[in-house]
Amino acid sequence: MQKQEFTITVYTENQIGLLNRIAILFSKRKINIDSLNTSPSEVDSVHRFTIVINETEEVVRKLCRQIEKQVEVLKAYYNTNEEIIWQELALYKVPTEVIAEEVKVERLLSQYGAKAVVIRKDYTVFEVSGQRDETDAFIKVLEPYGLIEFVRSARVAIIKASDGFHKKLKEFEYREPSEEVIENEYLDKNEEVFEM
Amino acid sequence: MIKISEMETLTIKETKKQVEEKKSISGSVAVLDALLNENVNTVFGYPGGAIMPIYDALYDYNDRLEHILVRHEQGAIHAAQGYARASGKTGVVFATSGPGATNLVTGLADAMIDSTPVVCITGQVFAHLLGTDAFQETDVINITTPVTKWNHQVTDASEIPAALAKAFYIAGSGRPGPVLIDITKNAQMQLFEYEGYKKCEHIRSYRPKPIVRKEYVEEAAKLINAAERPFVIFGQGVILGKAEKEFKAFIEKAGIPAAWTIMGMSAIPTDHPLGVGMLGMHGNYGPNLLTNECDVLIAIGMRFDDRVTGRLDKYAKQAKVIHLDIDPAEIDKNVKSTVPVWGDCKETLPLLTALVESKVYPQWLQKFHDCMEKEKSTCIEPEMNPAGDILTMGEVIKTLNELTDGNAIVVTDVGQHQMVACRYAKMNHSKSNITSGGLGTMGYALPAAIGAAYGDPTRTTVAVIGDGGFQMTLQELGTIMQFKPNVKILILNNQFLGMVRQWQQLFHEKRYSFVDITSPDFVQVAKGYYIDGQRISERSQLKAALKTMLDHEGSYLLEVMVGKENNVFPMVPQGRGVAEIVLSKEEI
Repeated sequence: MQKQEFTITVYTENQIGLLNRIAILFSKRKINIDSLNTSPSEVDSVHRFTIVINETEEVVRKLCRQIEKQVEVLKAYYNTNEEIIWQELALYKVPTEVIAEEVKVERLLSQYGAKAVVIRKDYTVFEVSGQRDETDAFIKVLEPYGLIEFVRSARVAIIKASDGFHKKLKEFEYREPSEEVIENEYLDKNEEVFEM
Repeated sequence: MIKISEMETLTIKETKKQVEEKKSISGSVAVLDALLNENVNTVFGYPGGAIMPIYDALYDYNDRLEHILVRHEQGAIHAAQGYARASGKTGVVFATSGPGATNLVTGLADAMIDSTPVVCITGQVFAHLLGTDAFQETDVINITTPVTKWNHQVTDASEIPAALAKAFYIAGSGRPGPVLIDITKNAQMQLFEYEGYKKCEHIRSYRPKPIVRKEYVEEAAKLINAAERPFVIFGQGVILGKAEKEFKAFIEKAGIPAAWTIMGMSAIPTDHPLGVGMLGMHGNYGPNLLTNECDVLIAIGMRFDDRVTGRLDKYAKQAKVIHLDIDPAEIDKNVKSTVPVWGDCKETLPLLTALVESKVYPQWLQKFHDCMEKEKSTCIEPEMNPAGDILTMGEVIKTLNELTDGNAIVVTDVGQHQMVACRYAKMNHSKSNITSGGLGTMGYALPAAIGAAYGDPTRTTVAVIGDGGFQMTLQELGTIMQFKPNVKILILNNQFLGMVRQWQQLFHEKRYSFVDITSPDFVQVAKGYYIDGQRISERSQLKAALKTMLDHEGSYLLEVMVGKENNVFPMVPQGRGVAEIVLSKEEI
């Protein structure tokens, strides 16, 4: 199986220490986390982790099982890049003087979808949100003018096929979980599993 | 509620006065009340600065809670593990912050990998001192995260009842495991309005048992009914699920030969007609060899440890695999299953039993018997009835079997004696085999045997220990001296770190590198702790000496000098497939 980029989405309780509990599942297996983001989710009180790793699907599936096994984790999903809408946000600080003199800023902004967040006498901060190639491309553009600082956020991702977590959470709150909560991937891929 | 700054100045007396005035209770009392509500009657622990308020409260609970003062916190947690494994209940440990807490780590890791329900309560420095590198402060939550099923720090007394209720629920439900609750000293002392203890029965993010899918049970039954050479391999899941009866009914109806992992041993009596022995690196010949000849492999409550599977790409490749497990993360982790049956085997086994046809496989079973004959002549006979004068570990276990008739709890440490004891011990009852299977913790047996003696005082507890492992935790003789649990200590002394020596002999050209371990006079050491004992080295003394040990009122230490360079066989050498099991060193 080929390694590829997977985005893992984890719905959790908001608990101190849970980040560590999840992170060590990766480090224990010597797997590098390319990007990690924690944020609120569509459901009040439920937290959402977005983790990007480059691994084979088998490793990712096993990892998700281990993540889901943690007491304070509600659910873990993994998706390929085709299955998600994803964005990162990058900030670029450049000297205002140089930029104002040498660049046609407006064209730059429209061409790269950038926006000026702060314009001061001494520096200007641009923002680009997009995928990795887009934020990278803008570095190339600004580098000749003296890029003072650059920072990029972790990936945030929306799962195309997801119906959100509201309904699922209700099922979790029942004592006896419904069939929906316990997803059994074998059941969904019946023919494949039972070939003998 | 009192502020932290005020609290430090509070003396115990003042605290008690406040209790009467406010009719509220301290965090410490809430801890002990929680234990009583969880039907805990025995706690293994060791006091220290940060857990003093709990120990102060314990002073008044002496009549309801028996506290066993161990000699080292590692001893406390191993004892709690032994208690849990012998009783089927959750073991409880008290330890202080800093070194007290870090000393628990080995036991937590052991309990984690062997799915043993344990609740550890550690003291922690005052909440306002957290992160200041205070005296005996250590970040126990982060240290223990990888080795606990769940852990949690409490900084406010009002959280204590709910935290402990969650702790006991998580430790004991689903696939059991260790839980650690770290309570800051201020929370132990703080008074709060107590509304009584409510047991935890549901946590929305935690599903201890996956839902049982009947279609899979049906699919599994179809496979079993069509099988010609089905083979059951079972682990501790059967014991943890209290499903011994259900398991027995299943194999007896289906007529399928069944082999146990080291952790599953004693779930059925070792002399059950369908019991074909132990799996694993030093397991029996037939179960290993025939794993690669069965057509349907039914794995029940076991996790395909590498010591069981050997080389994975040579493991049961010809077989359809049915895997019954309560932990979805175990399914397909190491061995790909054809039909996964998620669920508690207490629930899934009866469903499966109902659907399987009543059958027998005399020819298939005969293959196991033939393998056993071969193993008997090459490996077992020389162990049981050795030609020379030098005692073997195997004959000690054989003689022990004769005297206990398989009714004792056998607690083993780690190494050659462990393999020999698990290969040859006769066991009639479930929960008879207590050993460190997954982690392989030397030093486990003595404290675990103390715990087992409290966990099931109606049975004889025999701790079989090597000369190396005994020296790792022999301080717990002090615990035996003081609290007098009835533990029979059987040291099998081969004057070597035998298992490592065996590997050095077989795989490192006999370059014996630091396996030659010197021991003190164990009998004299025991005597120093007022524990009777003797050392023997002659076959003629063996039976009488074992009888003296078993008949002795109270604990007893018997040291048996055995052959120095005996090896444990059969063996699946590391990196080889189960079918490449060898019966002697010549075959390696």
